[in-house]
Amino acid sequence: MFIVTALAILVAMALAMTRALLGPTVYDRVLAVNMFGTKTVLMISVLGFLTGRPDFLDLALLYALINFIGTLAVLKFFEYGDLGRRVDTGREA
Amino acid sequence: MIQLLADVLSWVCLLGGSFFVVVGALGVIRMPDLFTRLHAGGITDTMGAGFILVGLMFQGGISLITAKLILVLGFLWFSSPVSTYALARATLASGQEPFWSEDLEIPDTARIPGMVYPVDAMGEADAGSGEEEE
Repeated sequence: MFIVTALAILVAMALAMTRALLGPTVYDRVLAVNMFGTKTVLMISVLGFLTGRPDFLDLALLYALINFIGTLAVLKFFEYGDLGRRVDTGREA
Repeated sequence: MIQLLADVLSWVCLLGGSFFVVVGALGVIRMPDLFTRLHAGGITDTMGAGFILVGLMFQGGISLITAKLILVLGFLWFSSPVSTYALARATLASGQEPFWSEDLEIPDTARIPGMVYPVDAMGEADAGSGEEEE
Protein backbone atom coordinates (compact mmCIF):
# COMPACT_ATOMS: atom_id res chain seq x y z
CA MET A 1 0.00 0.00 0.00
CA PHE A 2 2.92 2.33 0.64
CA ILE A 3 4.12 1.58 -2.89
CA VAL A 4 0.84 2.80 -4.38
CA THR A 5 1.09 6.03 -2.42
CA ALA A 6 4.74 6.46 -3.38
CA LEU A 7 3.89 5.96 -7.06
CA ALA A 8 1.04 8.48 -6.85
CA ILE A 9 3.36 11.00 -5.26
CA LEU A 10 5.95 10.34 -7.97
CA VAL A 11 3.35 10.96 -10.70
CA ALA A 12 2.31 14.18 -8.98
CA MET A 13 5.95 15.23 -8.71
CA ALA A 14 6.40 14.67 -12.43
CA LEU A 15 3.33 16.79 -13.16
CA ALA A 16 4.55 19.56 -10.86
CA MET A 17 7.92 19.48 -12.57
CA THR A 18 6.17 19.78 -15.93
CA ARG A 19 4.43 22.91 -14.70
CA ALA A 20 7.72 24.27 -13.40
CA LEU A 21 9.27 23.80 -16.83
CA LEU A 22 6.25 25.09 -18.79
CA GLY A 23 5.11 27.86 -16.45
CA PRO A 24 4.68 31.11 -18.38
CA THR A 25 5.48 33.40 -15.46
CA VAL A 26 7.96 33.09 -12.64
CA TYR A 27 5.09 32.76 -10.16
CA ASP A 28 3.89 29.57 -11.85
CA ARG A 29 7.36 28.16 -11.38
CA VAL A 30 7.43 29.22 -7.73
CA LEU A 31 4.05 27.54 -7.20
CA ALA A 32 5.26 24.37 -8.90
CA VAL A 33 8.48 24.27 -6.89
CA ASN A 34 6.53 24.84 -3.68
CA MET A 35 4.23 21.93 -4.54
CA PHE A 36 7.26 19.84 -5.41
CA GLY A 37 8.71 20.55 -1.99
CA THR A 38 5.48 19.58 -0.24
CA LYS A 39 5.41 16.33 -2.17
CA THR A 40 9.04 15.73 -1.29
CA VAL A 41 8.06 15.91 2.39
CA LEU A 42 5.31 13.36 1.80
CA MET A 43 7.64 11.19 -0.28
CA ILE A 44 10.29 11.10 2.44
CA SER A 45 7.66 10.15 5.04
CA VAL A 46 6.21 7.36 2.91
CA LEU A 47 9.67 6.09 1.94
CA GLY A 48 10.59 5.90 5.61
CA PHE A 49 7.67 3.58 6.25
CA LEU A 50 8.27 1.70 3.00
CA THR A 51 11.81 0.79 3.94
CA GLY A 52 10.92 0.20 7.59
CA ARG A 53 12.96 3.14 8.84
CA PRO A 54 10.56 5.83 10.11
CA ASP A 55 13.52 7.84 11.39
CA PHE A 56 13.39 9.60 8.03
CA LEU A 57 10.60 11.72 9.49
CA ASP A 58 13.20 14.06 10.95
CA LEU A 59 14.39 14.76 7.42
CA ALA A 60 10.80 15.37 6.33
CA LEU A 61 10.24 17.89 9.11
CA LEU A 62 13.46 19.70 8.27
CA TYR A 63 12.58 19.75 4.57
CA ALA A 64 9.17 21.25 5.33
CA LEU A 65 10.83 24.07 7.26
CA ILE A 66 13.40 24.77 4.53
CA ASN A 67 10.77 24.63 1.79
CA PHE A 68 8.59 27.24 3.50
CA ILE A 69 11.46 29.63 4.15
CA GLY A 70 12.79 29.20 0.62
CA THR A 71 9.43 29.94 -0.98
CA LEU A 72 8.92 33.09 1.08
CA ALA A 73 12.46 34.29 0.36
CA VAL A 74 12.08 33.84 -3.41
CA LEU A 75 8.67 35.54 -3.36
CA LYS A 76 9.96 38.48 -1.37
CA PHE A 77 12.86 38.82 -3.76
CA PHE A 78 10.57 38.93 -6.79
CA GLU A 79 8.04 41.24 -5.15
CA TYR A 80 10.41 43.88 -3.79
CA GLY A 81 13.53 43.18 -5.83
CA ASP A 82 15.41 42.91 -2.56
CA LEU A 83 15.53 40.62 0.42
CA GLY A 84 15.58 43.40 3.00
CA ARG A 85 13.95 46.79 3.08
CA ARG A 86 15.73 49.84 4.32
CA VAL A 87 14.07 51.25 7.44
CA ASP A 88 14.01 55.01 7.82
CA THR A 89 15.01 55.57 11.44
CA GLY A 90 15.11 59.35 11.17
CA ARG A 91 18.77 59.44 12.10
CA GLU A 92 21.65 60.20 9.81
CA ALA A 93 23.96 57.32 9.15
CA MET B 1 -8.58 -7.15 15.48
CA ILE B 2 -7.48 -3.67 16.48
CA GLN B 3 -4.43 -4.09 14.26
CA LEU B 4 -6.59 -5.06 11.29
CA LEU B 5 -8.86 -2.08 11.88
CA ALA B 6 -5.86 0.25 12.03
CA ASP B 7 -4.47 -1.26 8.82
CA VAL B 8 -7.75 -0.84 6.95
CA LEU B 9 -8.13 2.75 8.13
CA SER B 10 -4.53 3.41 7.16
CA TRP B 11 -5.01 2.00 3.66
CA VAL B 12 -8.18 4.02 3.11
CA CYS B 13 -6.41 7.19 4.20
CA LEU B 14 -3.34 6.47 2.07
CA LEU B 15 -5.43 5.75 -1.03
CA GLY B 16 -7.52 8.87 -0.48
CA GLY B 17 -4.40 10.93 -0.04
CA SER B 18 -2.89 9.52 -3.23
CA PHE B 19 -6.07 10.42 -5.11
CA PHE B 20 -6.05 14.00 -3.86
CA VAL B 21 -2.33 14.44 -4.55
CA VAL B 22 -2.73 13.33 -8.16
CA VAL B 23 -5.88 15.43 -8.62
CA GLY B 24 -4.11 18.51 -7.28
CA ALA B 25 -1.16 17.99 -9.60
CA LEU B 26 -3.50 17.52 -12.57
CA GLY B 27 -5.23 20.76 -11.62
CA VAL B 28 -1.93 22.60 -11.55
CA ILE B 29 -1.27 21.36 -15.08
CA ARG B 30 -4.76 21.93 -16.49
CA MET B 31 -5.97 25.15 -14.88
CA PRO B 32 -5.76 28.23 -17.12
CA ASP B 33 -4.56 30.87 -14.67
CA LEU B 34 -2.14 31.20 -11.80
CA PHE B 35 -4.88 31.99 -9.29
CA THR B 36 -6.86 28.92 -10.26
CA ARG B 37 -3.66 26.90 -10.13
CA LEU B 38 -3.17 28.10 -6.58
CA HIS B 39 -6.58 26.67 -5.75
CA ALA B 40 -5.57 23.32 -7.23
CA GLY B 41 -2.28 23.38 -5.38
CA GLY B 42 -4.10 23.94 -2.10
CA ILE B 43 -5.85 20.59 -2.51
CA THR B 44 -2.49 18.86 -2.42
CA ASP B 45 -1.33 20.71 0.64
CA THR B 46 -4.43 20.16 2.75
CA MET B 47 -6.31 17.03 1.70
CA GLY B 48 -3.43 15.13 0.11
CA ALA B 49 -0.85 15.70 2.80
CA GLY B 50 -3.46 15.39 5.55
CA PHE B 51 -4.78 12.03 4.40
CA ILE B 52 -1.36 10.54 3.70
CA LEU B 53 0.12 11.64 7.02
CA VAL B 54 -2.96 10.50 8.96
CA GLY B 55 -2.68 7.15 7.19
CA LEU B 56 0.94 6.92 8.28
CA MET B 57 -0.13 7.82 11.82
CA PHE B 58 -2.39 4.76 11.89
CA GLN B 59 0.66 2.69 10.99
CA GLY B 60 2.83 4.36 13.59
CA GLY B 61 0.51 3.79 16.52
CA ILE B 62 0.99 5.76 19.71
CA SER B 63 4.70 6.46 19.60
CA LEU B 64 7.31 9.09 18.85
CA ILE B 65 6.75 8.49 15.13
CA THR B 66 3.17 9.70 15.41
CA ALA B 67 4.33 12.75 17.34
CA LYS B 68 6.74 13.61 14.54
CA LEU B 69 4.01 13.06 11.95
CA ILE B 70 1.73 15.42 13.86
CA LEU B 71 4.52 18.00 13.86
CA VAL B 72 5.02 17.66 10.10
CA LEU B 73 1.28 17.88 9.46
CA GLY B 74 0.81 20.86 11.74
CA PHE B 75 3.66 22.72 10.14
CA LEU B 76 2.38 21.98 6.64
CA TRP B 77 -1.08 23.22 7.60
CA PHE B 78 0.35 26.45 8.95
CA SER B 79 2.90 27.15 6.22
CA SER B 80 0.85 26.22 3.16
CA PRO B 81 -1.80 28.97 3.46
CA VAL B 82 0.89 31.53 4.23
CA SER B 83 2.92 30.69 1.14
CA THR B 84 -0.22 30.52 -1.01
CA TYR B 85 -1.31 33.95 0.22
CA ALA B 86 2.17 35.40 -0.33
CA LEU B 87 2.25 33.95 -3.84
CA ALA B 88 -1.17 35.36 -4.74
CA ARG B 89 -0.26 38.75 -3.31
CA ALA B 90 3.07 38.88 -5.14
CA THR B 91 1.37 37.87 -8.38
CA LEU B 92 -1.33 40.50 -8.00
CA ALA B 93 1.25 43.14 -7.20
CA SER B 94 3.25 42.19 -10.28
CA GLY B 95 0.34 43.24 -12.49
CA GLN B 96 -1.07 39.86 -13.46
CA GLU B 97 -4.82 39.84 -12.95
CA PRO B 98 -7.22 36.96 -12.44
CA PHE B 99 -9.81 36.17 -15.07
CA TRP B 100 -13.12 38.01 -14.94
CA SER B 101 -11.64 40.82 -12.93
CA GLU B 102 -13.89 43.57 -14.30
CA ASP B 103 -15.92 43.72 -11.11
CA LEU B 104 -12.96 43.23 -8.81
CA GLU B 105 -12.49 45.90 -6.17
CA ILE B 106 -9.48 45.60 -3.91
CA PRO B 107 -10.39 46.81 -0.40
CA ASP B 108 -8.13 49.40 1.17
CA THR B 109 -7.13 47.04 3.95
CA ALA B 110 -5.72 44.55 1.43
CA ARG B 111 -3.65 47.08 -0.49
CA ILE B 112 0.11 47.32 -0.27
CA PRO B 113 1.05 50.95 0.43
CA GLY B 114 2.60 52.68 -2.57
CA MET B 115 1.65 49.90 -5.00
CA VAL B 116 0.01 50.69 -8.33
CA TYR B 117 -2.81 48.31 -9.14
CA PRO B 118 -3.73 47.90 -12.82
CA VAL B 119 -7.29 47.04 -11.77
CA ASP B 120 -7.85 50.67 -10.76
CA ALA B 121 -6.79 51.98 -14.16
CA MET B 122 -9.09 49.48 -15.85
CA GLY B 123 -12.01 50.59 -13.70
CA GLU B 124 -11.35 54.22 -14.48
CA ALA B 125 -11.17 53.43 -18.18
CA ASP B 126 -14.51 51.67 -17.99
CA ALA B 127 -16.06 54.57 -16.09
CA GLY B 128 -14.63 57.06 -18.60
CA SER B 129 -16.00 55.21 -21.58
CA GLY B 130 -19.36 54.98 -19.81
CA GLU B 131 -19.50 58.75 -19.36
CA GLU B 132 -18.64 59.30 -22.98
CA GLU B 133 -21.48 57.08 -24.04
CA GLU B 134 -23.88 59.07 -21.92
